[in-house]
Amino acid sequence: MQLYRDQGVVLRTWKLGEADRIVVLMTKGHGKVRAVAKGVRKTRSKFGSRLEPTSHIAVQLYPGRELDTVTQVDSIDHFRAIRDDLDLLARAVPLLEAVDQLALEGEPNRRLYEMLVGALRTLADEGSPLVVPGFFLKALALEGFRPVVDHCVSCGATEDLVAFDEDAGGVLCRSCRRGGAISPDALSLLQRILGGQLGSALSEPPGPASHEVEVLATRLLEHHLERRLRSVDVGLAG
Amino acid sequence: MSVYAGPVQDLIDELGRLPGVGPKSAQRIAFYLLKLPTADATRLADAITEVKARVAFCERCFNIAEGPECGICSDPRRDTHLICVVEEPRDIVAVEKTGEFRGRYHVLQGAISPIEGIGPDQLKVAELVARLEPEDVTEVILCTNPNIEGEATAMYLSRLLKPLGLKVTRIASGLPVGGDLEYADELTLGRALEGRRELEPDGD
Repeated sequence: MQLYRDQGVVLRTWKLGEADRIVVLMTKGHGKVRAVAKGVRKTRSKFGSRLEPTSHIAVQLYPGRELDTVTQVDSIDHFRAIRDDLDLLARAVPLLEAVDQLALEGEPNRRLYEMLVGALRTLADEGSPLVVPGFFLKALALEGFRPVVDHCVSCGATEDLVAFDEDAGGVLCRSCRRGGAISPDALSLLQRILGGQLGSALSEPPGPASHEVEVLATRLLEHHLERRLRSVDVGLAG
Repeated sequence: MSVYAGPVQDLIDELGRLPGVGPKSAQRIAFYLLKLPTADATRLADAITEVKARVAFCERCFNIAEGPECGICSDPRRDTHLICVVEEPRDIVAVEKTGEFRGRYHVLQGAISPIEGIGPDQLKVAELVARLEPEDVTEVILCTNPNIEGEATAMYLSRLLKPLGLKVTRIASGLPVGGDLEYADELTLGRALEGRRELEPDGD
C-alpha cells in the first residue's frame, strides 16, 4: 500500500509495549486516524516531542490493517504557550477529548479539523475564557445539534427567555420554562457565539456569564455525546 | 476452545495475561516449562510467591521495598534534605544509575493525565507534601517524564510547593548525548538553547 501524507492535531496517546505509542490524530483529509509511532518513548527517538497531545503536525503514514504507522513527522505548531501553562493545558485537553469523541475514523471532517486548529491557536494566543465553550457550541452546530437560542423552543416567543434545557435543545420563555435558569448576559453570549459574532464574544473578559456559558456548553455536549467528558473536572486548577 | 488437559490450559491462560505475551507465546512458554526439571520450575514458582509475599511499597517514598522502608530511605548516608520526585519506581533505577544524586526519592505512582481522568488526588501528592516538614526538606527536584503528562505534573507540583518556601527545581531538557542536531525537534532544541550555560575556560 501507498504511504500517505496529511496534517493533523494529536488528540491523545496510549502507551504500547516497551517504547511505542499509539497516537490518535485529527487529520485534515482522513478524519480521525489511529497510528503507531514506533520507539517514541526512547530518548533518542527521531519523533521527539512532536507526537504529544495538542501538537499540530505534518505526518507521513503507512496504512495498516488496524493501525497505520507513523514514518515521518514535522511540526507545524507545538503551541508552546499551552504546554507551558497548566491552566491553558487544562482547558485545551477537553477540546481534544471532545474531538476524539465527535470525529470518526476514515471519515474526513475538514471543518472540525479547522475549528480545532483555530481554537488551539486562539487559546494559545489570547487564552480567552470562551474558546472552549465556543468550540463546543460550534462543534454541536456542525454535528447538526445547534441549540436554539433566539426564540423559545416550545412556543416561539422571542421575549423573556429565562431557561435552558438540553433535552429540548434550546432556550425557553418564562411560561414554558424547564431545565436550568439562564442569565440575560449568558444568553447574549450564546446568541453572539452562534450568531456569527464569535470574535466579539471571545474578547469578553472572564466573568460570571462566561462561566455560565462554559458550564452550559459542557453539559450540552455531554448530553449529545451521552457520556461525561473526563478531562473537565480533574482538579488541576488549584 | 481448550484443546489441552486442564492444568496445561490453566497455565497457558495465566501466562497469556502477562504483558506482551499473546496466546501463541503463552503456549510456547507453557511447553518450555513442562519440559523443565522440577527443581527449576519450583524455583520460578517460589520466586513469584516470594516477591508477592515480601515486596510492598515503601511507607515513606512508595518505591518498591522489602519491609516497611526501601533501601534508599533507610540508608543513613543519604541526604535527607533533597527529594527527587519521580513517576514510577523504574525511574529511580534510571536516576540511580547516573550516580549523580545522593538524596531520597518520592514515587508518585503515575502522572497527571486529564484525558484519562487522573488528577492529583489519584497520585501520592498529599504524601509528598506531608513529608516536607518532618524531614526538613530544602529542595524538591521534579524528575517526571518530559512528556505532556509529566510536564503537567511538574507544573502542578511547582505551583503547590513553591509557596511553602522551598527550592523547587525541574530537570533540564536538552539534546541526547550522541545524537544529531538536525534530528532534534523544535521544542527540545528550543529548551536546550534556553538552558544553555557558559563554558568555563578550564573545561568544567
